[in-house]
Amino acid sequence: MSMHAPSGGLMVAVSATFKRDLTLLLRRRGEVLNPLVFFALVITLFPIGISPDPQLLAEIAPGLLWVAALLAALLSLDSLFRSDYDDGSLEQLLLAPQPLAALSLAKVAVHWLLTGLPLALMAPILGIMLALPAGSYLILALSLALGTASLSLIGAIGAALTVGLARGGVLLSLLVLPLYIPVLIFGAGAVQAAILGDGIAAHIAILGALLAISLMLAPWAIAASLRISING
Amino acid sequence: MWAFINKLRSPKWFYSISAKLQPWFWAAAALLLLVGTVWGLAFAPADYQQGNSFRIIYVHVPAAFLAQSIFVSMAISGLVFMVWKIKVADMAATVMAPLGAAMTFVALFSGAVWGVPTWGTWWMWDARLTSMLILLFLYLGVIALRGAFNSRDSGSRAASVLAMVGVINIPIIKYSVDWWYTLHQPASFTITGRSAMPMEMWAPLLIMVLGFYCFFIALTLMRTRSEILRRETNKRWVQELVEEVR
Amino acid sequence: MSLCLQARQLACERDDRWLFEGLDLDIHRGEIVRIEGPNGSGKTTLLKILSGQLSDYHGDIYWNGDSMREVREHFLANLLYLGHAPGVKAGLTPLENLTWYQALSGDQGNDCQREEALAQVGLSGFEDVPAGQLSAGQQRRVALARLTLTQRALWVLDEPFTAIDRHGVAALEAQLVAHANAGGCVLVTTHHELAESPVLRRVQLG
Repeated sequence: MSMHAPSGGLMVAVSATFKRDLTLLLRRRGEVLNPLVFFALVITLFPIGISPDPQLLAEIAPGLLWVAALLAALLSLDSLFRSDYDDGSLEQLLLAPQPLAALSLAKVAVHWLLTGLPLALMAPILGIMLALPAGSYLILALSLALGTASLSLIGAIGAALTVGLARGGVLLSLLVLPLYIPVLIFGAGAVQAAILGDGIAAHIAILGALLAISLMLAPWAIAASLRISING
Repeated sequence: MWAFINKLRSPKWFYSISAKLQPWFWAAAALLLLVGTVWGLAFAPADYQQGNSFRIIYVHVPAAFLAQSIFVSMAISGLVFMVWKIKVADMAATVMAPLGAAMTFVALFSGAVWGVPTWGTWWMWDARLTSMLILLFLYLGVIALRGAFNSRDSGSRAASVLAMVGVINIPIIKYSVDWWYTLHQPASFTITGRSAMPMEMWAPLLIMVLGFYCFFIALTLMRTRSEILRRETNKRWVQELVEEVR
Repeated sequence: MSLCLQARQLACERDDRWLFEGLDLDIHRGEIVRIEGPNGSGKTTLLKILSGQLSDYHGDIYWNGDSMREVREHFLANLLYLGHAPGVKAGLTPLENLTWYQALSGDQGNDCQREEALAQVGLSGFEDVPAGQLSAGQQRRVALARLTLTQRALWVLDEPFTAIDRHGVAALEAQLVAHANAGGCVLVTTHHELAESPVLRRVQLG
C-alpha cells in the first residue's frame, strides 16, 4: 500500500461539489420554487394589509421588495447544509484533503444561483404589481442580484452555526437578520435613488464592496462554523 | 507574553489574581460614579437649548460606550479562547454577553426617555438609537446561540465565532445606519449631536464613562470568578477551597 | 516506515468529563485494530480524533512520525473514514455519489472504475437508481464501494457492518484482512465479532 501525497485537484473538487449541489437542487424543484412563491405571496400581502392605492405603494415599493426578497432568501438557508449533515456527507466534506472554505464557497454559489438570482429576476414583475416607478426596474434586479450574493454568504455562516441543532430555523433568522441590515440599506437605497433620479453609482459600489468583504471573510467563518457544528 | 498566556490557562491563577484586583475596581467605580453623578446632575450647567433634560447623557453615553466596548471585548475573549484554548477567556465571554445586552438596553431606554421632552415621543429612528437596537439583537443572538447547544464546549466555540463575525459587522452596520439616517431627513436633535460641549459639561461625562468601565471590569471579574467555581466544581483546588470555607 | 498512526498521552475532555485519559496507541501497517469498550466510553470520539475531525484533544498524534497538526492535508489524502451515517446522497445515483467522492480527492476517475467498484459490493444493475430508493443496507454498500474505488492506506471505520447482510459481512471482513495484508491499516469499531486473525489486534477503552 503506497502513501499518497495530497494530489491537489482543488478545481476538480470544487467543480464537482458545485455540480453535485446543482444536480441535487434541480431534482427537487420545489425547494427552488418555494422561495419564489413565498416572495410573491408576501408582496401580495402588503397591498391587502395596507392599501391598494398605487401612489402609496409606489412610495414604499423599493423597501417592500427588498425586505420580502431578503426574507425569501433567508427562508431557504436552513436547508443549505442540513441534508448533508443528516446523511453524513458533511463529515466527508470536512475530511476531504481540500480547503473546506473553497468547498463551502461552491455550495454557497449554488445557493445564490438558484435562490438569489431567480429572486432578482422575478422582482421586476412584482415591482409592476406595486406600481414601482419606471426607470428603477433594472436597478432593482441588479441591486438584488448583487445583494443576495452577500446575503447567501453571510447567511451561510448562520446556517453552518445552527446545522447541528434540531430546531435551528428560528435561531438562524435571529443570528443572521441583524447582519443583513447594511445590505438592505444600500440595496433598497439604490432603488430609491434610481426613482429619485439620483446617482446610483455609490450604492452599487458599496454593495459590491460588501460582496467583496463577504467573499473574502465568510468562507473562513463558514468553514470554522461547520467544524464546530459537526461535533455539536 | 508566553508566560502570561500560560498562566491564563489556569483558572486557579485567574481566581486568585482577580481576588486581589476586584476590590480596587469596585472602589474606583463607586468613587467615580458618585463624583460623576453629583457633578453631572447638580453642578454642570443646563444646556441652553434642552435645559435639564440633556443630563440624561451622563447615563446614556457611558452605557452606549460600554455596550460597544463589551461586544469588542467579548469577541477578543472569543478569539483568545479559539486560538489559545484558554478557558477563562470563554468564561469571561459567557458573563460579558448578558452584561453587554443589559448595557445596550440601558442605552436604549435612556435614549427613549430623553426622547419624550425632546422629540415628544418615546421612539425616533435616530441613527444612534437604531444602531443600539441592532446591537441588542446581536447580543441576543450570541446569548441564544450559546444556549442552544447541548455540549457547552460547542456552544462556546459557536458563540465565539458569532461574536467575531459580529464585531467585524458592527462598524459596517454603524456606518450604513448613519448613512441611511442622513439620507432620510434627520430630526433636528440627535442625542449626542451637539458640537463643542463646554468643559463643565464634558468633564463629569468623562468621569462617568470611566466609572462605568471600572464597574464593568469589577462586575466581570466577580461573575467570571463564580463561573470558574461553577465549571470547575469537580477540580481538586475548588473542593479544597470549599473545605477551607467550611 | 512501518508505523502508521501513533498517539501519545491522548486524552479527551468533553464538558468537564474525561472520556479517556493517557491513551497510548501505535497502529502499524498491516494491522486491523479494533477499538472496544462499553457504550459511552468514547469509541466514536476516539475515531473522530484519530481521523482528524476533532481537534479538541490533549496529547499528540503522529502520522508516520510527523505531528498530525502539521501534516493534516497529507494525512487526509491517505485516509478513508466511514462514519455512522453512510454519507450517501439520496437524491443522487450511486454512480454520482461515487463521482463526487472521487473528485473530492482531486481525481476525476471514470465510470468504468466506479461501475466495477459497485459490482464488487453487489450493486451492479443499481448504478443509475436514485440512492433514496435503495435499502439501508444497499446505501451502506454504496459507501463501502469507496474502499475499493479509492486507494487509501488508513481506513477508519465506525460500525461498518451496520445494516449489512450476512453475506456482505463476510465479504467486508475478508476485505479488511486483505487490506491489512497488502500493507494498509484498519481502525474499526464494531459490535460484530470479528474472526480471529493474525492481523487483528484489540484495544480496550474505558
